Amino acid sequence: MELLEFDYPSAVRRVTRKAHVGVVGSGDMEVLMEPAEQHGAHVSIRTSVNGFGGIWKAVLDRFFARYDGAVRIHINDAGATPGSVMLRLEQAVEVIER
Amino acid sequence: MSTPIAAPAFVNRHSFIELDARARAQSLMDPGSWRELVGPFDRMESPWLPLQGIAPQSDDGCVVLKGTIAGAPSVVIALEGGFQAGSMGEVSGAKMSAALDLATQDSQNGKKTTAILLLETGGVRLQEANLGLAAIAEVMASMLALREHAPIITVIAGTVGCFGGLALAAGLSSYIVMTREARLGMNGPEVIEQESGIEEFDASDRGLIWAINGGEQRVAMGVADELVLDDAQKIGAAVQSYVKAGLPQVHRSQQVELYRRRIAALDASAQIDPLMLRQSWNTKTREGDTR
Repeated sequence: MELLEFDYPSAVRRVTRKAHVGVVGSGDMEVLMEPAEQHGAHVSIRTSVNGFGGIWKAVLDRFFARYDGAVRIHINDAGATPGSVMLRLEQAVEVIER
Repeated sequence: MSTPIAAPAFVNRHSFIELDARARAQSLMDPGSWRELVGPFDRMESPWLPLQGIAPQSDDGCVVLKGTIAGAPSVVIALEGGFQAGSMGEVSGAKMSAALDLATQDSQNGKKTTAILLLETGGVRLQEANLGLAAIAEVMASMLALREHAPIITVIAGTVGCFGGLALAAGLSSYIVMTREARLGMNGPEVIEQESGIEEFDASDRGLIWAINGGEQRVAMGVADELVLDDAQKIGAAVQSYVKAGLPQVHRSQQVELYRRRIAALDASAQIDPLMLRQSWNTKTREGDTR
C-alpha cells in the first residue's frame, strides 16, 4: 500500500457540498470530496497498488487543469485504471456541483 | 420518433443487483425519510487492513440507514459486496450490531423498528480473524434480541450471495427474500473444493452450485421465503409486505425438532438430490401448525 499527497493551490473557487462515490472493489476506488479547510485543493490517496505515483500525478494534473474547486479529496484505491480514476473524479464533481 | 420500441419487460426493469449497497438501501426506504448513521465522512474504517497493505473503505463496507418503509420505522443495514467481498470486520460488525441494538431499544420504548439486512458477503473478513468472528456472534445476539419485538427481513440479491457466519445469521432472520442469481450457504463452493477435493464439489460447475445454493432451490426447499426477480420495485414490494406482516408466529430457527427430524430422515448412503429435498422439505408448514 502506498500513501500519496498532492496540492493544487490554484483551485480556489469555494464549494459547499460533499460527495462520496465509488467502491473500493477490484479495479475501482472511492472518492470523498468535500470543501477544503485551507487555501487551494488537496488530494490524499491510499492505493493498494504501489509504484504509480507519476501516473496519479498526471491524471490529477489533467483533472485540475479543468476543475477549479477548492476541495479536499481523499481516495481509497483498489487498482482503478487512469480512465476509471478520471470518471470517478468527474462523478464526484457532478454530485458536489449539482 | 414516436414508434414504440418493443422491448421485453426485463429490459426496462430497474436492476437491484447493479446498485451498490448504499443505493440498494436507499431504494427500499420511503423517499426523503432516511438518514445515514456513521456514513463515509465519519471515516469509521478498518484499522487492520492498512497494516496488511490493503486500502480500507471509509464506511468499512457497511451502510446503515434509518427511516421508514411503508410508513413503518425501519433500519436498513447493507453490506457492500464489492468491498472485500462484503466481509465482516471489526468495524462493519460493530456498525451492524449497534444498529440492531438501537432498533431493539426503540422497539422497547414503543417505536417498533423493523430491521432489513442486505447481505452480500463471504462471511468473516479473514484479515481481521477473531474480531470478525466475534462480530458475527454479536450480530447474532443482537438479532435474537430484536426479533422478540420486530421482524428482521434478510434480502440476498446477489451476485456475491451470503456465506459463512452471516449465512447462520441469515438463518435467524424472520424472513429471507432471494433472487434467482443469489446464493445462500455455509461454506462457499471454492472452500468445499479446496478442503474436500474436486470429487466432493466442483466449484467451476455453476449449474451444480446454483442447484444447491441458489435462490430458487433455497426457496423451494423452504429455507428462504420468497423468490423475486432482480427488480428494485419487486424487491421493495416484497420487503414492504413482510414489514406489514410483522413477526411470524414462529421463527424458522426455532423449529429445531422439525429440522432434526428432517435431517434424521435423510438417506446419506446415496447422493441426495436437490429436487428430492424440494419435494420432501418444502411443506410450507411451520412447527406447531396442523398438518
